[in-house]
Amino acid sequence: MKNCEYHQIDPQTLSTPNPTPPPPPCAERTITRAKRKWEAFPGRNRFCCDGRIIFARQSGVLPLTLGLILVTSTLFFIFDCPFLVEHLTSCIPVIGGVLFVFVVISLLQTSFTDPGILPRAGLDEAADIERQIDNSGSSSYRPPPRTKEILIRQQVVKLKYCFTCKMFRPPRTSHCSLCDNCVERFDHHCPWVGNCVGKRNYRFFYSFIVSLSFLTAFIFGCVTTHLVMRSQGGNGVIFALQESPARYPFSHCQLELVVCFFSVWSILGLSGFHTYLVASNLTTNEDIKGSWSGKSGSEGSGNPYSYNNIFTNCCVVLCGPMPPSLIDRRGFLPPDDAVPAPPLAEIEQPPLEAKSDINMGPGHLSPAPL
Amino acid sequence: MAETHSLQDLRQQAAIAAKVFIQRDYTNGTVCQFQTKFPSELETRIDKQQFEETVRTLNNLYAEAEKLGGQSYLEGCLACLTAYTIFLCIETHYEKVLKKIAKYIQEQNDKIYAPRGLLLTDPIERGLRVVEITIFEDRSTGSGR
Repeated sequence: MKNCEYHQIDPQTLSTPNPTPPPPPCAERTITRAKRKWEAFPGRNRFCCDGRIIFARQSGVLPLTLGLILVTSTLFFIFDCPFLVEHLTSCIPVIGGVLFVFVVISLLQTSFTDPGILPRAGLDEAADIERQIDNSGSSSYRPPPRTKEILIRQQVVKLKYCFTCKMFRPPRTSHCSLCDNCVERFDHHCPWVGNCVGKRNYRFFYSFIVSLSFLTAFIFGCVTTHLVMRSQGGNGVIFALQESPARYPFSHCQLELVVCFFSVWSILGLSGFHTYLVASNLTTNEDIKGSWSGKSGSEGSGNPYSYNNIFTNCCVVLCGPMPPSLIDRRGFLPPDDAVPAPPLAEIEQPPLEAKSDINMGPGHLSPAPL
Repeated sequence: MAETHSLQDLRQQAAIAAKVFIQRDYTNGTVCQFQTKFPSELETRIDKQQFEETVRTLNNLYAEAEKLGGQSYLEGCLACLTAYTIFLCIETHYEKVLKKIAKYIQEQNDKIYAPRGLLLTDPIERGLRVVEITIFEDRSTGSGR
């Protein structure tokens, strides 16, 4: 094993391929504060609290979702709970309270958690991938292939090249056009939650819809019980329904019933659908595209990610280890004269192009002797 | 006798000759594993066994981070019961292993790679997509660009 002797290289005598601008004077450097990576993030996301909270640029109907939940729950606590506590049991507001807190926390976590965004490839990495693609292309008339086939557990899976992120998407990753990011284990972009649902926040999303189904069913049940009990007290259901404080145009009961009735069916349906997805370790994206089922001509195309056991699948999806955020929002962008360029900063900041390593480019990567 | 330089000196003074990217290995699914295939650009710099040992150890560490076992399920269930607020308070098992990985890479760089004019970049800085190995110019043997 040859031990390479490594000599100190004097920067003055080095002939750099292009003139690097002189390092900024110290006074200038102390004025510009170090930027955090979230400030140079290339995707369409917004950040709060100095990068601690992330959400999609279009918050969709998240305010509406929150509003509906808050209004319905508040009406329930103000009008129905006192009556039911008096006539039934005092557990009712406790159960309602726990469910409500669970729903709101899950919703906020789904909306404000990084769904599993993949950082875009740095210039060097992108150039390396381009070089590999060009090498594999046969003729100059056809554009080089932008898919790569790999074997996952003896099954052929096609990886597509993402032109925006400049890399081959890992399996189960999809590019969300609304957020302009590649998201790992992409499920769908949910407008109600105002964020993509992916690898890191799928469990929050699932617990949100399940707890919301319980909450809406619970409120629906309580309101119905309240109405029935009131109507038994005297003048019938219609009178009970119409009963309302003078200043409100609609009865609180009517509002709650309408909201809960429509929510229960849709949310319960959604919960059921996602329970099926969890049990078979599928994503909504795969299910819609029919990636693993019923594809004509493909034999043995079962889901290669499934453990073929409902219980294991559920455990893996919902209780598996929590992967870290890959985009390092709160990390600092390195100063201009640092050597390895971070993947995010290069896209946004032109001054970094002066660095010698980027200008090496593919042309300078001489193939090593084989 | 030329002294082997520390990582700090390497980063500040050397010119980069090339970068090699070790891609992910998806044969076992979406778990984080890297290919152990020895890249030809490193043939003149480092032993094949040494390189494979490094990548294999990294793969084992990542497998440990993503292991489905008692601890991860316990963590998951506890998190579910606390409406996942526990993630704001404690460090997850995955994060602990990532710290171990960072330490291992630092150690490998200091002991093995820096003296040979190479630098391993922690994959977490590249979104767990690649292991980036920077090859620095080696004046003594006349190799490089």
